[in-house]
Amino acid sequence: MARAGLWAALTLLALPVLAGLAGVIGPAFGYLPALGGTGFGLDPWRGLLAWPGLAGALRLSLVTGLAATAVSLALTLLIVAAWQGTRSFAWVTRALAPLLALPHAAAAFGLAFLIAPSGWISRAFSPWATGWERPPDLLIVNDPWGLSLVAGLVVKEVPFLLLMTLAALPQADSLRSQMVARALGYGRVTGWLKTVAPRVYAQIRLPVYAVLAYSMSVVDVALILGPTRPPTLAVQILDWMNHPDLGMRFQAAAGALVQLMLVLAALVLWRGAERAVARLGGTWAAAGGRGTAADRVLRPLGAVGAIGIGLAVGLGLAGLLVWSLAGLWQFPALLPEIWTARHWIGQSAELRRVMVVSGLIALGAAVVALALAVAMLQARNGARAPYGLRLIYLPLIVPQIAFLPGLATLALVLGIDGTPLAVMAVHLVFVLPYVYLALADPWRAWDRRAGLSAAALGAPPARVLWAVRLPMLTRALCIALAVGFATSVAQYLPTLLIGAGRVSTVTTEAVALAASGNRRLIGVWAVMQMALPMAVFAACLALPALLFRNRQGMRIG
Amino acid sequence: MSLQIENLEIRRNGAVMVALSCRVAPGEVLSIMGPSGCGKSTLLMALIGALPPGFSASGRILLDGHDITGLPTHQRRLGILFQDDILFPHLSVAGNLGFGLASGARDRDRLIADALAEAGLEGMGRRDPATLSGGERARVALMRTLLSEPRALLLDEPFSKLDTDRRARMREFVFQRARARDLPVVLVTHDRADAQAAGGPVLGVTGTAA
Repeated sequence: MARAGLWAALTLLALPVLAGLAGVIGPAFGYLPALGGTGFGLDPWRGLLAWPGLAGALRLSLVTGLAATAVSLALTLLIVAAWQGTRSFAWVTRALAPLLALPHAAAAFGLAFLIAPSGWISRAFSPWATGWERPPDLLIVNDPWGLSLVAGLVVKEVPFLLLMTLAALPQADSLRSQMVARALGYGRVTGWLKTVAPRVYAQIRLPVYAVLAYSMSVVDVALILGPTRPPTLAVQILDWMNHPDLGMRFQAAAGALVQLMLVLAALVLWRGAERAVARLGGTWAAAGGRGTAADRVLRPLGAVGAIGIGLAVGLGLAGLLVWSLAGLWQFPALLPEIWTARHWIGQSAELRRVMVVSGLIALGAAVVALALAVAMLQARNGARAPYGLRLIYLPLIVPQIAFLPGLATLALVLGIDGTPLAVMAVHLVFVLPYVYLALADPWRAWDRRAGLSAAALGAPPARVLWAVRLPMLTRALCIALAVGFATSVAQYLPTLLIGAGRVSTVTTEAVALAASGNRRLIGVWAVMQMALPMAVFAACLALPALLFRNRQGMRIG
Repeated sequence: MSLQIENLEIRRNGAVMVALSCRVAPGEVLSIMGPSGCGKSTLLMALIGALPPGFSASGRILLDGHDITGLPTHQRRLGILFQDDILFPHLSVAGNLGFGLASGARDRDRLIADALAEAGLEGMGRRDPATLSGGERARVALMRTLLSEPRALLLDEPFSKLDTDRRARMREFVFQRARARDLPVVLVTHDRADAQAAGGPVLGVTGTAA
């Protein structure tokens, strides 16, 4: 039965992606009977090529995606290389879980509020250092180069890559390798990069590809922080998808195919760069340079990066909260002159309604994903991981904007778009991989002898699973559930496209306000968007602690 | 009750690691000795029907004359104790003992209380197993196994983590109870003192006297 669960889950992951891609190819060549496209032709492509922003949008997507990935990866490796095994590092790893639960959009709003001309950074230096008496007319957020977009992505991708790296460290035998390198006289960072990094990278390669694909095609973060004229390709595709003239969907489909090609090209480029770095790195490692002096620069640099991300997120979120409660707040005062709950009260009915919808969708998706993940892991017990399991990364690597338009069109044709159930189902495609990844390591680390003991005591396999394995993994199950919940809450594009504007969640509501410039309203919704997954995360950490408060053996670390 | 091993061969990637034919009489302790990595523990895994991937086995295992070779672990009625006690951390001491007891058993509370008393742990049923000493935990693990009414007992170096003093007492405690219930016992160890204390035949994994 578990085997069937495995294949059901993999089908669930692969089918929507493939169906979505298929649903994009037809319209891209003019075929979509539902919208009157009955013949094949190249009109959508002519329309796409005629768009004057195309070259700029392509360049932006490519450059910001590659830059965000390269910076995130470099910073992640630097933080681990410079600080692994220290007390500060242990502290950083504990801060990771809440950072991961934070939706991209909330983090992006927080950053936007922080770096905007009227944000806390500019207020802190005005007027004494800058001479500004009023917010300067600078395009910091939505800058045409996409720098703030890159920053917003880095802030969220570093925690993700850090977590993936931490999971890979034990298998890379990192502590002993590092000790050997140190004993041979290598500096901390150089020794780590020369001995551990190659093995770690081999393990985190797929997550890195996922980061690259995501960064190149993200929509919500780009709507909040990215350039506008032209925007990134993904944002423009969404624009066409939402165009009142349904005929623009053909052009959107063509754009989605271009987006897919662009991501594939970037992945090929990245793969080539990997080979080059591996070759150069091999020579570098064999050349014997100890790099002890580099530590004096690189260790503080890693620390600055980690602290910078922590501050950007922490202050950003605090800023959102303050804005949501601000009455009169003049520049350059650090805090509002007048505080008010007016914006919260004004939105309270809507907040409650949307929160219930978001919560139910997220809970449903997370619970189903957890059950499927357990079935998948149970199916591969002992046996080697089937190769098909790599399909788990498919929804993370194929850009959402490339296949969701096709899926939305299919949903429209089938008449199931715009229902909460359809939104939950499409969330599941993205929730399942993260739930599975969150559960896989603790599942494998479980002492198999506990299962053997139980079986030898006469417990059949189902009882071993329900009475021994699952209870012993309560904490891991709770965390996986929280990860799934957070992933679902954070989904923007799937909610928007499959929900067809009739299903709104805290994320779609918050992002919809991005262009409005209404700081106070954005503050309210972004705080809500962040609070919902955080609250569930806190509850999921508290539950096992409460259930097993009298069981020392159930605690970790 | 007796445990009979007939032409059991365990192969890893085609190479024979373990080859054994023997009969363990009720109350008798068969000690299997050998260096680590020789396949002693794998032999026990084969007996309980949980060979790790990469191993294959042939031959027959008979318990009281019944062939149990094809049965899944939970139907074989072979009790096993590992180096570590493997008490379930989410259950209380009594909960662990109750897990071993068959679900249809009558008078559960009394049986559990008796088992605790026999292990010298009166009134400790509600305790968190993590708060017990190593010796106490080992005794709970044994009582849990005995409550499941096994037809034979398999011991995978269960004394090796105890200090010398406790080890001798625990050994005596286990062997006594196995004898009292007429259980055939297979003990896997690398400690000759264990095998001597067991008093039964001593073999290597290929059936030669060790």
